Amino acid sequence: MTLVSAASGLRRAWRNFEHGWHRITVAPSEPLEHLGAIAGLLLLLLLATGSYLFVVFDTSVSGAWQSIDQLARTGTFPGGWLRSLHRYAADGLLLVTLLHLLREFMLGRYTHFRRATWWTGVPLLLLVYLSAIGGFWLNWDQLGQYSALASAELIDALPLLGATLTRNFVAVHAVSDRLFSLLIFIHLGVPLLLLFGLWFHLQRIHLPQVLPPRALTVGVIATLGLLAAAAPIASQAPADLARVPTALHYDWILLHLHPLAEAFSPATVWLLIATVLLVLLLLPLRHGVVAPVAVVDADFCNGCRRCVDDCPYSAITLVAHPNAKAGRQLAVVAASRCAGCGICAGACPSAMPFRRVATLATGIDLPQRRIGALRQRLRQALVPGSHKIVVFGCDHGAAVAALTAADVVSFSLLCSAQLPPSFIDYALRIGALGVVISSCTEGACEFRLGARWTSQRLGATREPRLRTHGPAPHYQLVFADGGDEPALVAAIAGLRQRATMRALP
Amino acid sequence: MNRLGQWSGQLLLYAAFAATLAVFSHWPNYQHLAPDRAVIKVSFTHQGQRLGDCTVQTPAELAKLPPNMRAPTRCPRERAPVSVELDLDGVLVLRQTALPSGLSRDGAAAVYQRIEVAAGQHRIAVRLKDDAHSVGFNYHREAVVTLRPAEILVIDFDPAHHQITLQ
Ligand code: HEM
Ligand code: SF4
Ligand code: SF4
Repeated sequence: MTLVSAASGLRRAWRNFEHGWHRITVAPSEPLEHLGAIAGLLLLLLLATGSYLFVVFDTSVSGAWQSIDQLARTGTFPGGWLRSLHRYAADGLLLVTLLHLLREFMLGRYTHFRRATWWTGVPLLLLVYLSAIGGFWLNWDQLGQYSALASAELIDALPLLGATLTRNFVAVHAVSDRLFSLLIFIHLGVPLLLLFGLWFHLQRIHLPQVLPPRALTVGVIATLGLLAAAAPIASQAPADLARVPTALHYDWILLHLHPLAEAFSPATVWLLIATVLLVLLLLPLRHGVVAPVAVVDADFCNGCRRCVDDCPYSAITLVAHPNAKAGRQLAVVAASRCAGCGICAGACPSAMPFRRVATLATGIDLPQRRIGALRQRLRQALVPGSHKIVVFGCDHGAAVAALTAADVVSFSLLCSAQLPPSFIDYALRIGALGVVISSCTEGACEFRLGARWTSQRLGATREPRLRTHGPAPHYQLVFADGGDEPALVAAIAGLRQRATMRALP
Repeated sequence: MNRLGQWSGQLLLYAAFAATLAVFSHWPNYQHLAPDRAVIKVSFTHQGQRLGDCTVQTPAELAKLPPNMRAPTRCPRERAPVSVELDLDGVLVLRQTALPSGLSRDGAAAVYQRIEVAAGQHRIAVRLKDDAHSVGFNYHREAVVTLRPAEILVIDFDPAHHQITLQ
């Protein structure tokens, strides 16, 4: 089995899993499809609760434990509650980040145009770990003491600093306020670095969803809020460097590396970290099939910007048009960023099938699936008297090619949003009985924004808007992922029935 | 679609998320040291003696140097490695030689070792050598210590008083 076929096997398995999963979740709050956004929300929650903690925190070695411990003692609200929320949000952030990574991995989203996004994600994972572990030190309770020393031992195992970090935690008088300031600086600085890294991570994502939909946001905050109230976090006994902390209430979610180093050796842990990092960083070098990228035809581009606004990966920019009057612009595609999704072609005003030209050339097009060829095939399928129902679908969603009824003709596109809405009107004008547009559900869209743009264009709230003439719509938009083919069959049956009713005298 | 099923599924997911966080942020306890054990830490950073003695430069040697570098004596900067040995109840439990840090091997040598022992009384003997010229160890310390469970005994070196310390 080659790597490529293994990857596509994983991808199919994950798609099937998510399809079944949709049965037990409420669509707009579907968590798996918003893992990056949930991570963003938890990060925001951490910044907010962290700001509160910083205000009440005593930054001296002698006062730190007391200042945090008393939050739990002097009534739980709001101090103890915010502190608990801070910890649970940190636990949650690591879990959700790992799940986000797992999902992108399973879906094979790490090659080609996604390479940079994947690569910039990897350091974020490290920074999440580092911020979280550093947070425990500041409590300066026995857990913090254990983690600080274990971290120092881990770093000293590297041939870097001449094994001197641990000395800072050996004797009671060794931990100075100055050292403690450094610990605080780490816990403030690393999260800021994380925010900065997130900005890089989202450089190639147009309109990134950094916060989940409202219902999911409320759900996540309510869950953590209730948890923080029901199971508040308490400090353990204050740090005492003359004694080994024993029987710790242990945070296995965030601090699992310490026991691992203890059970094996610091070198084993470093080897593990290095191996995981290496695999994550080398993964994008795997070469799958590269989709051809969008190509601009300067003669037909008027610089209207629609493709720029709709491209999910910020792959298009506008430059001065080389052979037109001043002020006119021309779209330019950055090949390394382009997903070959065709959404730009669906946005271009020149993709107008009513134009009386022998071959329909458009401002921007995908060489592997041209808009002009689509019109050609549509014309061939809808010869006068054929009375067919046309289905436009997407390669990544419900399998429209599998629809075999004699009166159905289907066209699978690179993405449902590759379809210029005027094609619906056009198909009806040249004789289609009805048109079904099959789009993936929004969270399942392979190219992030395809489903959203399709529904907005057909709902006439986004350019290019669908304009249909005549009475009751003879078309239907269906949200159907792979496995939802029965929904398409039902929609086709509905259109067929309406057409029969219309035909009655 | 079954809305009720979906809503309960969603609630169940939130509950599972909360339960995962609640449980594994506290439990199971981590017993990082067995209850009847104590720890001896050997931890010091110490500069070994310089390897070579300073030599007085002859006028001929001085003349060869640029004027700003004509110091009357020349001192090699490299230091000796530091060796340490620890006997616990008459048995050798640690023998380590640490090289001086720095590119020209002129910095301090660092040792950090954590040794778990049973709590209770122990006879310890520490030997340290920081001089490449002498034979045998040039610092010794012997003591009988009583360690309570979880107590940490730190064996260090005090450079000001030239002695091995126990605390
Ligand atoms: C703090 C940690 C992280 C946060 C907050 C985060 C957040 C996000 C967000 C908001 C998106 C855009 C979602 C959208 O609008 O479609 C995204 C996309 C992505 N993330 Fe992350 N991420 C994190 C870590 C990671 C890690 C560790 C990886 C993998 C190594 C990763 C891989 C990706 C990939 C491949 C995409 C692109 C998905 C696509 O092309 O559709 N992320 N992330
Ligand atoms: S094909 Fe997709 S990714 Fe490429 S330029 Fe067009 S909209 Fe952007
Ligand atoms: S949508 Fe078409 S016409 Fe408008 S800028 Fe893009 S390529 Fe040019």
